[in-house]
Amino acid sequence: MSAPAIETRGLVKRFGNTAAVDEIDLHIPQGGIYGVLGPNGAGKTTAIRMLATLLRPDAGEARVLGHDVFTEPKAIREKIALTGQFASLDEDLTGIENLMLLGRLLGYSSRDAKVRGTTLLDAFGLTDAATRQVKKYSGGMRRRLDIAGSLIVTPQLMFLDEPTTGIDPRSRNQVWDIIRTLVAGGTTILLTTQHLEEADQLADRIAVIDTGKVIAEGTPGQLKAQVGTGALKVRVADPARREEAAEILGRTLMTEVLRESDSAALTVRLEDESRAASALIALQDSGLAVETFALGQPSLDEVFLALTGHKTAHEPAEGDAPAAQEEAA
Amino acid sequence: MTTTAQDQSQKIRSVLVPAEERPAPSGAVSASLTYGWRALLKIKHIPEQLFDVTVFPIMMTVMFTYIFGGAIAGSVDGYVQWLIPGIFVQTMIMITMYTGITLNRDISKGVFDRFRSLPTWRPAQLVGALLGDQVRYILAGTIILLVGFVMGFRPEGGLTGVLMAFVLLLLFSFSLSWIWTVISLLVRTEQAAMGISMFIMMPLTFASNIFVDPETMPSWLQGAVEVNPVSVVVTAIRELMAGMGDFGSVTLVLIYCAVLVGVFGPVSMYFYNRKS
Repeated sequence: MSAPAIETRGLVKRFGNTAAVDEIDLHIPQGGIYGVLGPNGAGKTTAIRMLATLLRPDAGEARVLGHDVFTEPKAIREKIALTGQFASLDEDLTGIENLMLLGRLLGYSSRDAKVRGTTLLDAFGLTDAATRQVKKYSGGMRRRLDIAGSLIVTPQLMFLDEPTTGIDPRSRNQVWDIIRTLVAGGTTILLTTQHLEEADQLADRIAVIDTGKVIAEGTPGQLKAQVGTGALKVRVADPARREEAAEILGRTLMTEVLRESDSAALTVRLEDESRAASALIALQDSGLAVETFALGQPSLDEVFLALTGHKTAHEPAEGDAPAAQEEAA
Repeated sequence: MTTTAQDQSQKIRSVLVPAEERPAPSGAVSASLTYGWRALLKIKHIPEQLFDVTVFPIMMTVMFTYIFGGAIAGSVDGYVQWLIPGIFVQTMIMITMYTGITLNRDISKGVFDRFRSLPTWRPAQLVGALLGDQVRYILAGTIILLVGFVMGFRPEGGLTGVLMAFVLLLLFSFSLSWIWTVISLLVRTEQAAMGISMFIMMPLTFASNIFVDPETMPSWLQGAVEVNPVSVVVTAIRELMAGMGDFGSVTLVLIYCAVLVGVFGPVSMYFYNRKS
């Protein structure tokens, strides 16, 4: 199987006059995790829905695992699994009933579907919740059940649409572990996220999309090199001495220093994190009292600022309209 | 914490099914039945949804018989024999409307994306929902007939005639439901689905021979009443229940069923596949 997991050329989806996905070209080989990073309404969900054969593209070409989305949707559906942004589960049914339902649809007999469902619930630590209705599950439990539902038969390609949105950090780490396990088992994963940290933690390559277009593509390393590896946040004790601190930071790090709206705070985008230590020493030598000196990953906002020169202040575009409705409901 | 995470990873890896061991996806019939099973599970978990198929039929039967009985036929006793088969049809097809409304709510949920991404026969999701509804129809129909019996309805056709009428009506309800699936796929909200469905349902049930003999109507209306599928069904059901089952009228109902499914089934799937 040497066909790429996903190959698109000039893929377009319009809703009314807005292009939710605007001529996207992707080439994603099989194996590993591919991250699609972008803000709400960038077109991530619309792109996934087209690739998962739920939505018909308006223009362009797309092949998934070597099959054309227009002419061979069924062949694609046999090899993929989809975990949507909002749990793709029947909330009225219990955990085991959800898995049995999917198992039977995928060709297991009633009895085998139950055995398969029970095994999966156990592996995902959901045995105790097996006979509880999904609407009574926590966010993290839902996510795990949702992923378990995608693994009744092992997909070659799995779409995970914002798998950690709305769940607590501990559940998030569990989901990350599960995703890594699946990749080790040979499944290719296409993951969307709004967080650079998540993409950085998991993905082998990342496409950054904004208003339906790919604005950057590469490994997390390449991307961060474009953006600066991290952001150094400094907060001085005395706002009156901020300018002095800015001058010292600018001199030692030889880069631009951003003055935040907080009158005591400064942010520096770092090319090289190891130089942060010298900046701290320089500040200390000058006798400046520093309250905060923190090194962090750039936020999605900072990534976008660096790549496009504008912030991510989008109205939720129509591309994510189903999501917006769901939120309103 | 780390060890449990490792344990879990190992556990998950051990339960992955190798590609060559996966079964073939279920066929059209078994997928439809599975979706039907889902509908039954939903009834089990939310029994309140049976309100419309239990209380509503009792209310309709009692109300219409006693309100119109005296006025139309002079006596309730005489009217019951004529009206119960009509109420049977009217109540059942009114209940079919809920199929569309439930579907509209269902489709807007994430789980339908999951279903649509499965390698099964796509209409199975709709067919299964309609099959699950058959259970609701059977319950409603049984209640109407029991209430009718208590009120003095004594069909000449006996049990056989009533059962045949019942089966015919279930088939017609299933076929008619495809109109509601089209509507539920076209409109955004449940309320809109309800409004449009009522708009179609009212003339369909009242401009028919359910309540009164069409001979009392103006001639232009009589023509419409005669071709109204509901009248055709009511006629066939009355005949079957009266033990005078007529091959011609039953065949006509079957033709109507075939046309309804043949037209609105593909239209439903057209909209279903393009639902974004």
